[in-house]
Amino acid sequence: MNAALALLRRDLRLAFRIGGGGPLGLAFFLLAGLLAPLGAGPEQAALSRVAAGTIWTAALLACLLSLDRLFQADLEDGSLDWIALGPLPLEGAVLAKTAAHWLTTGLPLTLAAPVLAVMLALPEGALGTLTLALAIGTPALSLVGAVGAALTAGVRRGGLLLSVLVLPLYVPTLIFGAQATERAGLSLDPGPALLFLGAVTLLALAVAPFAAAAALRVNLR
Amino acid sequence: MELIAEGLACRRAGRLVFEGVSLRVGAGEAAVLRGPNGSGKSSLLRVLGGLIPPAAGTATLGGRPIAEGEAWRERVALAGHQDAVKPALTVRENLAGWAEMFGRPDRVDEALARFGLDALAEDPAGWCSAGQRRRLGLARLLVVDRPLWLLDEPTVSLDAASTEVFAGVVKAHCAAGGIAVAATHVALGFGGPEIRLEARRAGPPDAAAAEEGAAAADPFLGEDWA
Repeated sequence: MNAALALLRRDLRLAFRIGGGGPLGLAFFLLAGLLAPLGAGPEQAALSRVAAGTIWTAALLACLLSLDRLFQADLEDGSLDWIALGPLPLEGAVLAKTAAHWLTTGLPLTLAAPVLAVMLALPEGALGTLTLALAIGTPALSLVGAVGAALTAGVRRGGLLLSVLVLPLYVPTLIFGAQATERAGLSLDPGPALLFLGAVTLLALAVAPFAAAAALRVNLR
Repeated sequence: MELIAEGLACRRAGRLVFEGVSLRVGAGEAAVLRGPNGSGKSSLLRVLGGLIPPAAGTATLGGRPIAEGEAWRERVALAGHQDAVKPALTVRENLAGWAEMFGRPDRVDEALARFGLDALAEDPAGWCSAGQRRRLGLARLLVVDRPLWLLDEPTVSLDAASTEVFAGVVKAHCAAGGIAVAATHVALGFGGPEIRLEARRAGPPDAAAAEEGAAAADPFLGEDWA
């Protein structure tokens, strides 16, 4: 447990140092979200129809862009050898690093989402559900992304490959997340969609650490 | 505790890197691994570190086999070509991170002092010269409690004084009953039994063997998915 916390602290520290890109995911999220009114025009009714989908898509992309160095940097500088030799099983190390990724990407954008929601004229009643849905759904984005990041750790400029591998797997989270938010905006019960969203996250939590650790072991050979 | 290996072979990407490597290193001994470029010294160290499963042969450390995986790796420290240094963190943060992860945060100051890094401790590691980076990489060995040290050309880019300090560190480790295996081309200032790897035969591997090797080495092809 101590080893996991040490790894988590190290990754958080790195994220906020030069080249770490911690706050950049959030900046990208806000900018990507702001492109929608520029493209779709300022008409409120049109915006509010696409608001939920736009916010979720922006969240997806922001997560994805910060993922490609999750394991690659550690593989290149030899840190991954030491993580593999350390007292923490590789699966635990994946969880610690994924948690660090979520804390620096998923959590900030969940907290900032209401700002974007107001700018995109999301119906007021949906604000709470949007935040809740992002809080439930974004861990899945980090977890599933970690598997892609582990698979592409040894590939130079693997960012595009990572996107192609991971984006299709983000679809369930996108569908149920946007669905929950939209239903809340229409004053319908978002409960079922939120439950499915939670199920996707739990499934990712159960599978991703093992899949990512297996991929890392291959990269270490 | 004794490191014994018999008939070790290693395949990477379907190519035989080495085979039939046997060695025996007793507690308190520092073995020196020699061989021309490409003869598989680094690969042998990674096999002994439990990072690459051997294609053939066995190894035991203190009577316990390498097949144990996790339990084997928990007794090994590997100082490879890369120093695992994060330029954005300070020298102390770099070392303290590993010390906390391996459970010995109390040893950081001692390790920094031993390798003459105390004056740099609060500087970003990105400011370090190649030799200072290497010293920081080697200082990791002192903040973990591992009986088997695997050293891959540890003295590259070290000056004479630092090489001597490092030799002292390895000797102290051995005096305390530890084992070291160091791959090198130069004189290290320490060393017991010598292990020689022969140059790899030139030319491509024959097609059938290569294919079979690739299937065995590739965990996706090697496993029975049906």
